Amino acid sequence: MSAPFYVSPEQLMKDRAEFARKGIARGRSVVVLRYDDGILLLAENPSATLHKIAEIYDRIAFAAVGKYNEFETLRQAGVRYADLRGYSYDRADVTARGLTNAYAQTLASVFTTESKPFEVELVVAEIGEHPASDRLFRLSYDGSVADENEHVAIGGQAEEIGKRLSGLRTAGKPLAEVLAIGHTVLGTGRDDDVDLDDLEAAVLERSASSHRTFRRLQPDDLRSLLAAPATGEDTGREEAPTASGTETRPQEDEGQ
Amino acid sequence: MNTGFDPAFLSATTNSFTDFARTVAPDVLPHISPEQLVSASGERAGVPDGTTIIAFKTAHGVLMAGDRRATVGNLIASHIIEKVHAADSASVIGIAGTAGLALELIRLFQLELEHYEKIEGTPLSLEGKANRLASMLRAGLGLAMQGLAVVPLFAGVEPGRDSGRIFSFDVTGGKYEEVNFHSIGSGSGFARGALKKLWSPGLSEAGGVRVAVEALIDAADDDSATGGPDFVRQVAPVVRVVDADGVRRIPESEVLQYATAVVASRAEGDRP
Repeated sequence: MSAPFYVSPEQLMKDRAEFARKGIARGRSVVVLRYDDGILLLAENPSATLHKIAEIYDRIAFAAVGKYNEFETLRQAGVRYADLRGYSYDRADVTARGLTNAYAQTLASVFTTESKPFEVELVVAEIGEHPASDRLFRLSYDGSVADENEHVAIGGQAEEIGKRLSGLRTAGKPLAEVLAIGHTVLGTGRDDDVDLDDLEAAVLERSASSHRTFRRLQPDDLRSLLAAPATGEDTGREEAPTASGTETRPQEDEGQ
Repeated sequence: MNTGFDPAFLSATTNSFTDFARTVAPDVLPHISPEQLVSASGERAGVPDGTTIIAFKTAHGVLMAGDRRATVGNLIASHIIEKVHAADSASVIGIAGTAGLALELIRLFQLELEHYEKIEGTPLSLEGKANRLASMLRAGLGLAMQGLAVVPLFAGVEPGRDSGRIFSFDVTGGKYEEVNFHSIGSGSGFARGALKKLWSPGLSEAGGVRVAVEALIDAADDDSATGGPDFVRQVAPVVRVVDADGVRRIPESEVLQYATAVVASRAEGDRP
């Protein structure tokens, strides 16, 4: 006669969170940064075909770290969600907020009900008509959501990168400058900078001519951007106090 | 309780939007039962038809142009309908036939290409796009048999190439590659006659627009369901060119200038 095996809910959740965190910590990081004319997504990714950064819809991009097959499933679900919604209603009715909610609910329900949680962290980024309506949402393996202001890092070095970025305002800076910042912080925790050929980069451009604003940056684009001399020009936004600028605002799960 | 994505969103393996929508939300797809269109007296309900579309090869790609008129029987339903659209960044589609279905087919086809590109991470080949369109037509065959035919004309440039290709279709989903030029719709015979005389290999962009405008004016001259350039409303045919740089629409004001020149030269010659 063996006593029934009891695990407290606290312990169960802790074990699952630990498991997911360990899986995510093994991977390289991804940073997403706003710049004056859009949003830059940067990942260290030696593969040119297995993307960590992708287009979801006209103004929405997706970035992920963790297990490839899991975030690829989530990415495809996001594309299907956005395309179906845009077709049923209108292209303007597809928003990052709705997509983030769907992701959050899915991640949360898998975390609590399935035998194994998703070992992923996601960023859903959306550019608005104006910089003020840009959106950066960060989603964790357990479905928790954070609404970020200027930049967000996910993956193994996320905490260190977040520390290096904290207090920095990027939303008023030009792409070349923000790319240089992103490239530098991605090298956190290693001896040298990330090789440009191993850098996966894409932008959502406010000034894009087509309705699809997502564009991948090729290594040549990156080289020419990084080679461009820094303008050093004062963007006129420096006088804004930076204290509250980069704080993250943890959110209650929306829409419940 | 909202539990996020429906399981079908996570487990689907198709890269086709239409196939996916058919399984999870069939009501959003265009579907009209033939009975709905036949009135009590047994006559077909008045649905707008669309008309002349032409396409031909140019020096660096293809050009497609279409008039702006939609008709219901002997009435003009629209003076400003657009029947030539960019399918994606490297191809264009023009449609003749029942306007409501045609425009919906274009919207669905555009999304189909975009959806594939996003899911697979790479665009379809030009031939693949044409085959995809053919199978979408085949799915609408039942309606075609009821007289609600939709016939598209598809043209584009294979990425990285400097020459275009043109595909025509029939209502059964048959796909035919055209050699140099083609036209569809009720005024297509007149337009094709004009193209036979005016088209030449290696047309420049400006030369191409002029040829397109002339062919459409000929079609509008003799076909009541094709509209000519409308100088009163400042409405010009839609002209789109595709080359290695992508799809571009020629500005309406520019097309109207060509149309003015064509009309003027014909008036000078005192042609009937």
